[in-house]
Amino acid sequence: MLEQQIIISGVGGQGVLFITRLLAEAAIQKGHSVLTAETHGMAQRGGTVISHLKVGPFTSPMIRPAQADGLLALKADNFLQHGMYLKNSGWTVVNGSANAVIEIPGTAYRADADAVACKLGAPRSVNLVLLGAALGMKADSLFCSIEDIRTVLTGRFGNKKDLLKASHQALEKGFETQRH
Amino acid sequence: MELTGKILMLGNEAIARGLLESGCEITTSYPGTPSSEILSSFIDQKRRLSYPGHSQWAINEKVAFEIAYAGAMTGLRAAVSMKQVGLNVASDPLMSAAYMGTKGGFVIISADDPGPHSSQTEQDSRLMAMAAKIPVLDPESPRQAKEMIATAYAISEKFKIPVMLRPTTRVCHARQDIQPETIPASERVADFEKNPARWAATPKFRFQLHQELEDKLTALAGYADTAPVRVNEAASGPKALVVSGVAAGHAKEILRARGLWETVPLYQVLQPFPLHQEFIARLIGKYEEILIIEETAPVIEMQFADRHRTRGKLTGRVPRVGELLPEKIEEIVCETAGLTYDKTETPSVPGRRPTLCAGCPHRASFFAIRKAAPKAIYTSDIGCYTLGLNLGAVDTVLCMGAAIGQAAGFYHSYKHREKRPDIIATIGDSTFFHAGIPALVDAVAQKVRFVLVILDNRTTAMTGNQPTPATGDGIEDTGVDIATLVNGCGVKFCREQDPYQMDAFIELVGEAVAFSRENGPAVVISKHPCIIDPRYKDTHPPRVAVEVADTCDGCMYCIQRFECPALSMEGDKVRIDKMLCNGCGICLSVCPKESIRKR
Repeated sequence: MLEQQIIISGVGGQGVLFITRLLAEAAIQKGHSVLTAETHGMAQRGGTVISHLKVGPFTSPMIRPAQADGLLALKADNFLQHGMYLKNSGWTVVNGSANAVIEIPGTAYRADADAVACKLGAPRSVNLVLLGAALGMKADSLFCSIEDIRTVLTGRFGNKKDLLKASHQALEKGFETQRH
Repeated sequence: MELTGKILMLGNEAIARGLLESGCEITTSYPGTPSSEILSSFIDQKRRLSYPGHSQWAINEKVAFEIAYAGAMTGLRAAVSMKQVGLNVASDPLMSAAYMGTKGGFVIISADDPGPHSSQTEQDSRLMAMAAKIPVLDPESPRQAKEMIATAYAISEKFKIPVMLRPTTRVCHARQDIQPETIPASERVADFEKNPARWAATPKFRFQLHQELEDKLTALAGYADTAPVRVNEAASGPKALVVSGVAAGHAKEILRARGLWETVPLYQVLQPFPLHQEFIARLIGKYEEILIIEETAPVIEMQFADRHRTRGKLTGRVPRVGELLPEKIEEIVCETAGLTYDKTETPSVPGRRPTLCAGCPHRASFFAIRKAAPKAIYTSDIGCYTLGLNLGAVDTVLCMGAAIGQAAGFYHSYKHREKRPDIIATIGDSTFFHAGIPALVDAVAQKVRFVLVILDNRTTAMTGNQPTPATGDGIEDTGVDIATLVNGCGVKFCREQDPYQMDAFIELVGEAVAFSRENGPAVVISKHPCIIDPRYKDTHPPRVAVEVADTCDGCMYCIQRFECPALSMEGDKVRIDKMLCNGCGICLSVCPKESIRKR
């Protein structure tokens, strides 16, 4: 039975909760059980925000240290804080903007999601760009594909054409970053 | 909502769904993390379904409790939800309602916050249930929380007793795939049967009601439907593990992961109070050691009268403070089972601290307050504006409404001294309504010389922009006018000002301070809507583009005193982060060297 544990972290306002939900909904769509643990409340005002996502037959919403299969870090410095959740074989996709001074191990994949989002004229779409990058880079080890996330977005924004188009675009631009 | 298949639900949404599926028609709440989404989700789902009944955000938890409880007295099913410290506010009606009992099912949902993540305390609402003598259910997951709503109504009506559901943050703010069930058509009609001996009982009758309550508890401690569950039937061993709440979810995974599923009998308590008597006797008779893991107080553990075999918070095996994270539980279980546990080093990296949003009107108010009265004592309160801490404009935060009561206490403590400090209290609009009004009336009666700044951003922002009594239901000001209320309290100085007009606001706070030194309370209402509340998104002034001139000498005044997330140091000069800047333009008034200017 499929089991995947993923940490998604960033800063309040970046949309960590949103991409956690997209992934969780994709899991349900594919017939998996899913549990998440999220940060709400005061920390959402610009503080560190972390989501735990567990796909498969789990009973606890939280990931124990050294158990995560993957880490999606919307801020580079989140890696220092949350890298300890990763298994030895775990993967990392980190938003590595040019001005980030954090040292990230060689196995990690960096995508400059801030730059891509700004170029799209949608600085708030950093979350979708990075999710797209993860889907491109980890196509073989993630429980879902970019098509699955597109379907979830369509279900969500089906009647808001502009928003849907913009989200698909952000996701795709992120997806493409791993080819360069 | 048609019954498609499983859908992703937040724990709080699952609780709301459970209320609908149980036919609950009266729902009230006061917002507070982690409970807030229960009522907002209920209202959302109700609108979509054209479901009958009454739902509302009340002025505070006590009033919310009383409204919902009266609904249950008429025979309807009712629920009130709040966070754990909200239950303190509602504890007066809670204790009494336990004696009087109920006719329609009445469920009190009190969400605890072990950690704490977003609260003043880690208190355990199950202890409040014990104090009130009502049963409490302790869900492990969103799915179980939804199921327990049905159980809660069943026992509430069977035993005619209010029932508490106590979810924690990890249940409220977990999401899970959940199958919605059908929502029954309402068949109930409100029918209040007068019975003063019960509903208006004098002490003589209260004694009798107390006796009845004890009898109900005795029956509940033997009630089969809520008895503890043996999770791993086949396991046998000399040491048992007893868990409740989210610790149960953690423990199930850990026993499997550590190969203990066959050797450590696991019991999940669904109803921590009253704990089933037969269960206690059976475990004491059967096991050499009983490890009890629960959050946050030892409620189950203390009901084991014979404790020579129990291990838990009372014996020091389980920590008494903080959230019981799964890794902590793994460590404790391994210790009990004689296994080694390799602790993962957790880096001591401080996370980012929360901060007021860029463009938040509170930031402008706090900056002005420090400018106008730099040496004052600043009492403050519960809400986003607690983060005025970062600007050095908040000295105290105690509980809802305490900014005003504490301001009075400071005044009385200093009043016979030759030199008295100025005192400035800050409180949000929603918090002022919640618990500030009686304190303000008291301050007027006692001629307390202080300034109260009511930070009126037309919303309850921190918890997700719920309405306040001043906003009514929409953007139209159909609600209660704060200035009229302040005047009605007898305050002789009450003026309103938009803090975005920085110079005028500083001057007004200065005037208020001068007035208060001679005359008693002065009130300034700082009026500017919350910048992240979608209701007000078209009401903000046009964005001002700002830049930092070459004259910036990197003195850091703006960063330290204004603390806007869009301002940071880059090399020896301040930089404005265009991705974060909200264009409020307040920083133009902040730089002492006028190096921040319009672009």
